[in-house]
Amino acid sequence: MVHADLKEYIGKLPSSIIQELEETCPASKMKKVAKLVHEEFENSRISPGEAVGLISAESIGEPGTQMTLNTFHFAGVAEMSVTKGLPRIIEILDARKTISTPTMEIYLHAPYNKGKDIREIAMRIKETNMESVAKDFAINVVDLKMETTLDAEKLEKLELNSKKVQKILEKALAKEANVELNGDKLEISLKGKEKDLNQLYKLKEAIKDVYVCGIKGIKQVLPVRRKEDYIIITAGSNLKKVFELDFVDSSRSTSNDIHEIKKILGIEAARQAIIDELLQVVETQGLNVDVRHLMLVADTMCISGDIKGITRYGVVSEKASVLARASFETPIKHLIEASVIGEIDYLNSVVENVMLNQPVPLGTGMVKLVSKK
Amino acid sequence: MAKKEEITEEVKEKTEELKEKEDEVLTPEEKNILKEALSRETIESTQQYITKKVKGVVFGVLSPKMIKKMSTAKIVTPELYDKEGYPVDGGLMDIRLGVIDPGLKCKTCGSKLKECIGHFGYIELARPVFHIKFVRHIYDGLRCTCRECGRILMAEDKIKKTIKEYKRIKEKEGLEALRRLTRSTISPLKSVSKCPHCKAKQEKIFLVKPLMFKEDEKKLTSIQVRARLERIPDEDSEVLGLNPKVVRPEWTVLTVLPIPPVTVRPSITLESGERSEDDLTHKLGDIVRINQRLFENINAGAPETIIEDLWDLLQYHVTTFFDNNIPQLPPARHRGGQPLKTITERISSKEGRIRHNLAGKRTNFCARTVISPDPMLGINYVGVPFIVAMKVTVPEVVNEWNMNYLKKFVQTGPKEYPGANYIVRPDGKKKKVTEETKEAMLEELQPGYKVERHLMDGDITIFNRQPSLHRMSMMCHKVKVLPYKTLRLNPVVCAPYNADFDGDEMNLHVPQTEESRAEAEILMQVQTQIVSPGYGLSVIGCLQDAISGNFILTRDLTLEREKAVELLCAVGITDFKKLPNKKTITGKEIFSMLLPDDLDFQGASKAGEPVLIEKGILKEGVMDQKTIGGEGEGLLLRSLHKQYGPDATIEILQRILRLGIEVLLQRGFTVSYSETELPPETVEEINKTLNVAEEDVQKVIQSFHDGSLETFPGRTLKETLEMKIVEVLNKARNLCGSIIKKTINKKTHISMMAESGARGNILNVVQMSACVGQQVLSGRRIEKGFSKRTLACFKQGDLSPEARGFVRSSFKKGLNPREFFFHSITGRDGLMDTALRTPKSGYLYRRLANAMQDLKVEYDGSVRDAANRIIQFSYGEDGLDVSKTESGKINIKKIIQMA
Repeated sequence: MVHADLKEYIGKLPSSIIQELEETCPASKMKKVAKLVHEEFENSRISPGEAVGLISAESIGEPGTQMTLNTFHFAGVAEMSVTKGLPRIIEILDARKTISTPTMEIYLHAPYNKGKDIREIAMRIKETNMESVAKDFAINVVDLKMETTLDAEKLEKLELNSKKVQKILEKALAKEANVELNGDKLEISLKGKEKDLNQLYKLKEAIKDVYVCGIKGIKQVLPVRRKEDYIIITAGSNLKKVFELDFVDSSRSTSNDIHEIKKILGIEAARQAIIDELLQVVETQGLNVDVRHLMLVADTMCISGDIKGITRYGVVSEKASVLARASFETPIKHLIEASVIGEIDYLNSVVENVMLNQPVPLGTGMVKLVSKK
Repeated sequence: MAKKEEITEEVKEKTEELKEKEDEVLTPEEKNILKEALSRETIESTQQYITKKVKGVVFGVLSPKMIKKMSTAKIVTPELYDKEGYPVDGGLMDIRLGVIDPGLKCKTCGSKLKECIGHFGYIELARPVFHIKFVRHIYDGLRCTCRECGRILMAEDKIKKTIKEYKRIKEKEGLEALRRLTRSTISPLKSVSKCPHCKAKQEKIFLVKPLMFKEDEKKLTSIQVRARLERIPDEDSEVLGLNPKVVRPEWTVLTVLPIPPVTVRPSITLESGERSEDDLTHKLGDIVRINQRLFENINAGAPETIIEDLWDLLQYHVTTFFDNNIPQLPPARHRGGQPLKTITERISSKEGRIRHNLAGKRTNFCARTVISPDPMLGINYVGVPFIVAMKVTVPEVVNEWNMNYLKKFVQTGPKEYPGANYIVRPDGKKKKVTEETKEAMLEELQPGYKVERHLMDGDITIFNRQPSLHRMSMMCHKVKVLPYKTLRLNPVVCAPYNADFDGDEMNLHVPQTEESRAEAEILMQVQTQIVSPGYGLSVIGCLQDAISGNFILTRDLTLEREKAVELLCAVGITDFKKLPNKKTITGKEIFSMLLPDDLDFQGASKAGEPVLIEKGILKEGVMDQKTIGGEGEGLLLRSLHKQYGPDATIEILQRILRLGIEVLLQRGFTVSYSETELPPETVEEINKTLNVAEEDVQKVIQSFHDGSLETFPGRTLKETLEMKIVEVLNKARNLCGSIIKKTINKKTHISMMAESGARGNILNVVQMSACVGQQVLSGRRIEKGFSKRTLACFKQGDLSPEARGFVRSSFKKGLNPREFFFHSITGRDGLMDTALRTPKSGYLYRRLANAMQDLKVEYDGSVRDAANRIIQFSYGEDGLDVSKTESGKINIKKIIQMA
């Protein structure tokens, strides 16, 4: 498939460039162009010894000063409020376990992705509790009972009926109350010998929160059209349960919770998620940062096979050099720990050598001269 | 009795220490390092170049024996000086510990002030005390070992297995993993109730913070604790995470305290002649005093309670000597009440030894003053005032060929301009050039000497503005010595430095060796930094007036030939072959004169119109922000850079800049109040749009109140209302914008600035002449203030635009009080935002830089960290350098076109 003149460059040029050449270059010019592109590529290669880490840090840190601190962001009618800007970047790079606004973008299989039953599907994904399926909660003070009328319309949408709800309630309240079905009303009475009104009131509040159906953790759903597809944006995230649904296109749906992605899809996916999330923030802020820098950050965070934040407990604690760790934060702790196991600092990285007034092993300092005696 | 190793200034001393310690603690591996280091020392110490290199720093804990061995004096008295003011023998300022007074000689090494680096002393403690920093280790040691036999609470075979596992992890995964493993191995041992070795029953031990150990409600004295720790065999202590080669558990309970040299804690002589001692000396004084009292009391057989009290006090003083910031302890204070700065406070934090003195370096040969702009200065030049040029010097080595050249500087002396301040003899001795010594020096001067001559035009310097967030925040400029007292720079480089001229100051450094000059010139010069490594586009470009000028020139102007030639001459063009032979010459033709003859370029202007350059001639389009601007715009500049290289680009850019400014100089450029004036029919139209919008909002509010408003999915009714209102108002403002854009006189300078991107945008024009618009606070209309209303002059629950921060007036018309108030709310919010953001992003930056600073590209193209772990197999997945690409990509389209 690849053009004959391009074949020799496979392996020499990145596949993305080969593909672009294949698509855009007229066949007649191919040979010449390929040669020129290869030349250009070789000329644009990064030089050995380049301190790429610091450049990446600078390229991300510098625009950080220009970002807004405004946490929330509503872009038009059809968006959820999501943490954006600097706080989000900090959140990602800290590798926080609980993020402030987890969301998912759920893509659907055909025919649902064309908008079929999108609202119903969205409702089914959303976590539903008793409060939202019941019309009212009435307390019968005389019999010490509670009566609930269910919203039949809503139940139907959720593919439920009052019988099922009764079962769910019974299971949830097995220890505290009896649930009986009476027409379309649910009658709930307290178990145990001593009954009083206070308990009943407490029960009422408890019942409101009983989980009925949908996916746990998903607080809100919003069907949105994105380009060709109808997708569902959610507040709250639960990838595992969502992927189990048969109408969800699990190859495209994502979450913004990186730890969750790591758990469900693995470290490579998490790395990509870090890159995507960072890039998204940077772009919405109207800033310009090359992906390569974000990749490098994501790679340093994921290199150990687990997500490590850019904090003193994460990436920095993994450093081999005592002095480098000490120069970051909590120096005393690191010195003590090093002294107890007799650690040796071989001065392989930057700060230690700065401390000792020696050339750093990067860039022009990487080259060593060997002389014959 | 451990003393955390001071790894500060004296690394050399450290190696010496190592030598002494050799027999005691070093592994063969470490010995090798040492041997190598020592052998290098003898071979490589040539005259003035330091070729020694520290290969490693070993950390360990000092044993009591070691402390005594490395000490030069035993300290027994808290007194510092005798009546004559001479340091007391056996006191804390004992001259065996080093000298800090001029005139005295160190008793240990015989050297004078500044030559003697100081020597340690020690105190014999009357009773052992805990070392606060090792409390955790002591606690673990107590809980995990048997109270009877001292063995670790772990079966014999398991101990062997654990140690083997430790070794494996240490080699395979490093020390951090080992620490984690140790922690998890130890933790189950804490609850073992029966010793597997001697079957003794174990009691629970508690740590009462900060430092008291209780076993079964009985206090364990430090003597008892030390006795227990002494019983732990080496093998078992290894399981606890202590390396038996460098530390014994009992060393964490001090019996001997090392006294830091006096050079570490120099006293200051005040103007009154009174001596003021260092905080550490004060603290040590306390320790010695209490220690002596404790000794006396013990010897005199004082009652147990008194001894206990003194013992506790000694513990307190030793603890605060190490760390004066322990949560449960009151900090030791000066008489004035301010807390003492003891060892921990000296080392840690931003102002501590590590970050302030070790990782932060200070230099000589630098200057700092206010900056000001000079567009006539070359882009890679910096204007240096004479005053600075005569203080900051460049050393030049004398050789046969430059002898006379350098002698001239010495002849001129330090007081006149190009002169010299010092000469340096080959042995490193510096001599000041003065009127008197001048002649003798001229005689003396011979090859091998150095002359520190004044800074001259063309010298290499490094120019910097804080905060240095970029690599472009430090660039190499050549010197141009100029009159007056500010540093001058071409306004083109404001963007990379993020500088302006409202009082900014910048720093100038002069490299002192050939190597550093070469590196600076090749790697750091301004032209090499044109393309940002952050996004692969030009950071340097025209700004403000230069853009306006070129915009006007290429869009509107047609000049007479004479005028055109005059303009080009001012820019520095003398070859007019390319100029069309016509009477009148268009601005485009003039601009084309600056471009290389074989340049082809296709692009777009800010307005979206095509810009076409063929064979070095601007055929179509205008020059603006998008083509010649900086900071990620300036695509023409990026192509120039690609095609002709950095030096040519800087040259052309310089000319473009001057041309722009020159045009404005000839033509004049100003902004007047009347330019914001709108024609009456436009005013009418805008009023109408705003009225319609307000009516629409009223309608929406009405529908909200009578319940006919339809909610958006996933929103509450209130949210829907807010969204609708904001939508209507934004639409109205945008409409105003397009009305103004349509009717604005393109000849007004305000519109020119907005259109070319030189300064401001159309929104600013709208705000000035039509309507300021909705004030937004954290994504919503303003709702704060009183309950259910924003200001007391509105009704409760008023949702109308004017009650929620819609500013209908224009800046020109002026804001009414309510509008003014709303506008200042958002203004203040913006200020707060900046003030809060700066430290946050600064911290993020520091963390990023610290975590990634030792990543580098290896010769095989992979990215590795300091431990040689591979982070990426190929940098950025394709191995491309962002600053050599165009916005991160290779421009294949262009190559195809060129081919």
